[in-house]
Amino acid sequence: MVESAAQHPNLRTIMTTITFLLPGKTFPQHATKEPAWVRRTLIGLALVFLTLFLFIPLVSVFYEAFKKGAEVYVAAITDPDAVSAIKLTLLVAVIAVPLNLVFGIAAAWAIAKFEFRGKNLLITMIDLPFSVSPVVSGLIYVLVFGLQGWLGPWLAEHDIKIIFAVPGIVLATMFVTVPFIARELIPLMQAQGTEEEEAAVVLGASGWQTFYHVTLPNIKWGLLYGAILCNARAMGEFGAVSVVSGHIRGSTNTLPLHVEILYNEYNFAAAFAVASLLALLALVTLALKTLIEFRNQQHQKQRGIE
Amino acid sequence: MRYFQLNRFKQYSILPGFNLALGFTLLYLSLIVLIPLSAAFIRTAELTWPEFWSIVTTPRVLASYRLTFGASFAAATINAFFGLLVAWVLVRYHFPGKKIVDALVDLPFALPTAVAGIALTALYAGNGWIGQFLEPLGIKVAFTPLGIFVALTFIGLPFVVRTVQPVLEDIEAELEEAAATLGANRWQTFTRVIFPALYPALMTGFALAFARAIGEYGSVIFIAGNMPMISEITPLLIITKLEQYDYAGATALSVVMLVISFILLLIINLLQWWNRRRSTLT
Amino acid sequence: MSIEVISLSKQFGTFTALHNVSLQVHSGELLALLGPSGSGKTTLLRVIAGLETTDSGQVLFHGEDATDQHVRDRHVGFVFQHYALFRNMTIFENVAFGLNVRPKKFRPSKEEIHDRVMKLLHLVQLDWLADRYPHQLSGGQRQRIALARALAVEPRVLLLDEPFGALDAKVRKELRSWLRRLHDDMHITSVFVTHDQEEALEVADRVVVMNEGRIEQIGTPDEVYEQPASPFVYEFLGNVNLFHSRLHRGRAWIGDLEVDAPEHAEAEELAAIAYVRPHEIEVERTQNGEAALAAQIVHVLSVGPIVRLELVRENDDEKHPVHAEISKERFRELQLTKGEKVFIKPKRLDLFPNYPRSQLKH
Repeated sequence: MVESAAQHPNLRTIMTTITFLLPGKTFPQHATKEPAWVRRTLIGLALVFLTLFLFIPLVSVFYEAFKKGAEVYVAAITDPDAVSAIKLTLLVAVIAVPLNLVFGIAAAWAIAKFEFRGKNLLITMIDLPFSVSPVVSGLIYVLVFGLQGWLGPWLAEHDIKIIFAVPGIVLATMFVTVPFIARELIPLMQAQGTEEEEAAVVLGASGWQTFYHVTLPNIKWGLLYGAILCNARAMGEFGAVSVVSGHIRGSTNTLPLHVEILYNEYNFAAAFAVASLLALLALVTLALKTLIEFRNQQHQKQRGIE
Repeated sequence: MRYFQLNRFKQYSILPGFNLALGFTLLYLSLIVLIPLSAAFIRTAELTWPEFWSIVTTPRVLASYRLTFGASFAAATINAFFGLLVAWVLVRYHFPGKKIVDALVDLPFALPTAVAGIALTALYAGNGWIGQFLEPLGIKVAFTPLGIFVALTFIGLPFVVRTVQPVLEDIEAELEEAAATLGANRWQTFTRVIFPALYPALMTGFALAFARAIGEYGSVIFIAGNMPMISEITPLLIITKLEQYDYAGATALSVVMLVISFILLLIINLLQWWNRRRSTLT
Repeated sequence: MSIEVISLSKQFGTFTALHNVSLQVHSGELLALLGPSGSGKTTLLRVIAGLETTDSGQVLFHGEDATDQHVRDRHVGFVFQHYALFRNMTIFENVAFGLNVRPKKFRPSKEEIHDRVMKLLHLVQLDWLADRYPHQLSGGQRQRIALARALAVEPRVLLLDEPFGALDAKVRKELRSWLRRLHDDMHITSVFVTHDQEEALEVADRVVVMNEGRIEQIGTPDEVYEQPASPFVYEFLGNVNLFHSRLHRGRAWIGDLEVDAPEHAEAEELAAIAYVRPHEIEVERTQNGEAALAAQIVHVLSVGPIVRLELVRENDDEKHPVHAEISKERFRELQLTKGEKVFIKPKRLDLFPNYPRSQLKH
């Protein structure tokens, strides 16, 4: 449709930026903008709130970690228990993320590319773990695999340990991270529709060929996005893992649990040192996430121009 | 035969892989989510109703409900207000460092809750960066219910921002211009035109933050003090019962939590449906 | 209420939206701002409304300076292309909005507001929709409600930004004549923006043709169509053929065809562009002794009562198509078929000497 320059978003941005950068010059008040003092007050309030509740807590993690010096820091994160916690955390993520990745793709394929009854119910069930308290998530595995649980006696007979052992930690982590990738892929694949896949099938491609050559390239960024978020939660999960782990140092401790143990032993510097690793992971996650979002925006803009 | 049966509830499509994808999805979901969840209900069903009722209504448990729901509600309310403010500022204004601030809003999603817990505790303790200023005023945050509120505010912060932000971005400038040409001032435009459009998203964000706060454990236990009757949240009570090998008690409480979660999930779905309906109708 | 715009300029970054634009809108007239996208017409309208600020220049309402007045205080009615109805309010509440937001002192009573809103809804023939919500209405109905809402505050002037741009062709035509009738009844000073020349020529009392932030011509629909002031106006309003020609002392040559050009008596060996509307091209089978251009018919398209011919001049190496429109009667009389050789001659042409080619759009 015909658009005037005034309606062009970029030009508007330029306009407002100029207004903002030159507070000395008085401009006639714009029709749908607040007066400068209102604007500044609102920005100020928002930043004060975010500073108190976000930035200071983040900074304090690193501050506390290095308060006693770099040596204490290095000692804390190279401690054998810390190293084994790092290894276990990585192991858990390496198992849970790929499994949820496969699940996410399968669920999204069924939900986004086909019409069937009960679809909304299925979507709700995939979302379930998000609304379950982490503590409950851990507990339900105790109820199934614990000594008092359904399979407890049988497992004990065959000398298989799941609760208070690594398999329990992996299962609880898988539970809490089930929705991440599926949730990212379902709306994405729904928006993309089925035309391209149908075209591929009409041209004689097999199911796997269609998926590999047509679908996968279209969803790879969404897949990565979901995997990054899933990974962050998998490595950082505390409540659910805490219930099923048994807190055995050097064998069933993940990084977040190790932080708790150190903290409860009043070994604050070490606790924050290990916590700083997790905070770093969070920052890397946010950076990657922002990068993918930025890339998607650019991509959309390019498509818009075409 | 099986294909034929599936076809009854599935529309015809030439794309392959439906049976495999749906079969795997259902199997995985059943094994990881549904069967374990059902264990909580089935185990609770072993109790008689009076037994169940007496477990979930002891004074200590009732105190934990009050605290959990009260603190969650207060935190979600604060987040609704400041979340709207943050979303507004991020969408409408320009200031240095805006991109970084926008990215950091998701920090509570990415930061492990245990880390958030110890960081907030250190900050709000009597000798902490923030606590040292509050203590002389007689405000104790760490190891009190107020601390729980602070932790729940932290973990619920992104929900309102991230649900309101896209809706705010999509509001046509024309609507506000129309209000201005009709003589409305900015405040009238906000309360009568913008806010009603944001309201469903705001409620959704509030409900999400509330639901998350109710189940929260990791960030709370460090800062809470965990005193029975005073600063003990329901998820912690479940853990306590578990550590005392009171499986029946822990399971009964977790069923209460699950039922509340499901009701909230239902409400959230309804809100999101309302939100979508609002945004698709022009 | 008259509107006067004095040397308005407006820059968006490096883009000049308005360049020293001056314009007088007479009290009670219906004026169209017509131009292609990016011509500055919407910016001009928004500056008049107070939705956009200016870099320099003035806007006067009834002789009073309104340049620094906030849009709230200008008392203009503004109708948006996409209606901009408030979706959380009923139709009634939408129309009543402007009255309800007035400070208590100036706010009419509930009954008065009700009466006034219902009267306006009656005027736009939609009073039966008062309790509906905007999404329950069709596009045409929504635009009429938007108009009623703008009129509810008794604006001094009515400004419409592409009011029919989002509607389909049939509804567009209906609303067009309806707006014309409404204006004839109410006589409120109105300015509307459009990129549709037919709409501008059909509805407006006067048309302002804009291009690249400047006004090319102001005139009645007849004036701008019959006597375009510039090649741009010629090309923008209706189809036109363009011939390169040579001007010399009151004579012009298009190929071998020589025509009188008395208004260019002092021209000395100038290159010029000649414009001829398709319906002003005469087509003959024979030369009849008069000067004419030989051409070949490459395409015949019969549309209702007229026939469009596409021709190529015989000695035109670039093979620029020449379009001619003749009546079906004449077409039958001449018994023309594709591929035939004919003679064409402009009945009327306009010459623009030395016009820089870069400013022409094709």
